[in-house]
Amino acid sequence: MRAIVIDDSEAIRRILRNMMTAIGFEVIEAKNGRDALDRLATIGCVDVALVDWNMPDLNGYEFVVAVRADPTLNGMRLMMVTSETELQSVAAALNAGADEYVMKPFTKDVILEKLALLGIGQS
Amino acid sequence: MMLPNADFEYVRKLVRDRSAIVLDDGKTYLVESRLGPILQREGFASLTELVAALRSAPYHDLHRRVVEALTTNETSFFRDMPTFDALNLHVFPDLIQRRSVDRQINLWCAASSSGQEPYSIAMILRENFPILSTWVVRHIASDLNMDVLSKAKDGVFSQLEVNRGLPAPLLVKYFKKRGVDWQISDDIRRMIHFSHVNLAADWPQFPPMDVVFMRNVLIYFDVATKRSILGKIRRILRPGGYLVLGSAETTLNIDDKFERVAFPRVPFYRVKKT
Repeated sequence: MRAIVIDDSEAIRRILRNMMTAIGFEVIEAKNGRDALDRLATIGCVDVALVDWNMPDLNGYEFVVAVRADPTLNGMRLMMVTSETELQSVAAALNAGADEYVMKPFTKDVILEKLALLGIGQS
Repeated sequence: MMLPNADFEYVRKLVRDRSAIVLDDGKTYLVESRLGPILQREGFASLTELVAALRSAPYHDLHRRVVEALTTNETSFFRDMPTFDALNLHVFPDLIQRRSVDRQINLWCAASSSGQEPYSIAMILRENFPILSTWVVRHIASDLNMDVLSKAKDGVFSQLEVNRGLPAPLLVKYFKKRGVDWQISDDIRRMIHFSHVNLAADWPQFPPMDVVFMRNVLIYFDVATKRSILGKIRRILRPGGYLVLGSAETTLNIDDKFERVAFPRVPFYRVKKT
């Protein structure tokens, strides 16, 4: 399985990459939504994207909207992993097409349980 | 109770080293709110004093409690999802058919901790079984620990708690933000009656039960107590009622009057027909 981790923080990308590779994912990293779309245009659809919200260029919300408008990325699961913790933010992300939402800070268990809710990774 | 940046950095490193939890910049409020109870309990005048005590000693009980305060507890929403799949696909449909005459269902979460289990069940009922809105559904949740029971009654959960296992659509639908925490809706809260029960002592008078949830509880008792508790459960279960245990628990070799129900991956039991 393949995952793309999209965050402008190198530290967060490293943590998520380590968590995901530990459960068997091949992980691609991207620094922002634009970078992620460019990479996906090259490598094609992945199983799941872990998406920060606040990033330069194309933010996480805009990335979700862009992915859901692109039929070539149909079926990709989108999980926000973000410091945005207001109810309106969660609702907006889901309405835009995100499948799950993790609020930072998070633990490995949080990520695993959310992946399980999406029917991927370990239960 | 402001936390100086150097102290925040210390706590952040401690938590990260011990639990791999990442506390982002700006999460000082989280550290402040979570460590407040430890300050009070231990008599520290400030977070700086607490952090100074942590810095001055090797890792010991106080460090552990600080880390635990910033991590999660034993329970979580929809813990062991196959259990909730079985409720959705098999148990509640079966009970709705079986109880269609008297239109009553009684549930008991016997060790509900801070409430995530009974609230998960309540959300399932609300989401997937609207027919029950016209039935009498008694949903009792109990625990020995008064503190967690009080928390469960309040229905207020931290950000970390709602992060764990709770599908985001249900968060949006049934919770509202209260400061840095999240409160479950009054509608869901009113579905549950919380009660203090010591499983190892005399039980209050319960109605006949259709489902008893006793997950990850029996493991803490000796065999005689397990046997006594299982015997009491048999006496309060309605015919065809279910006992739900934790994934590592069984009635086998403790009470042979139970039999396992053939649901995949989950330990549900019924009293054998005689």
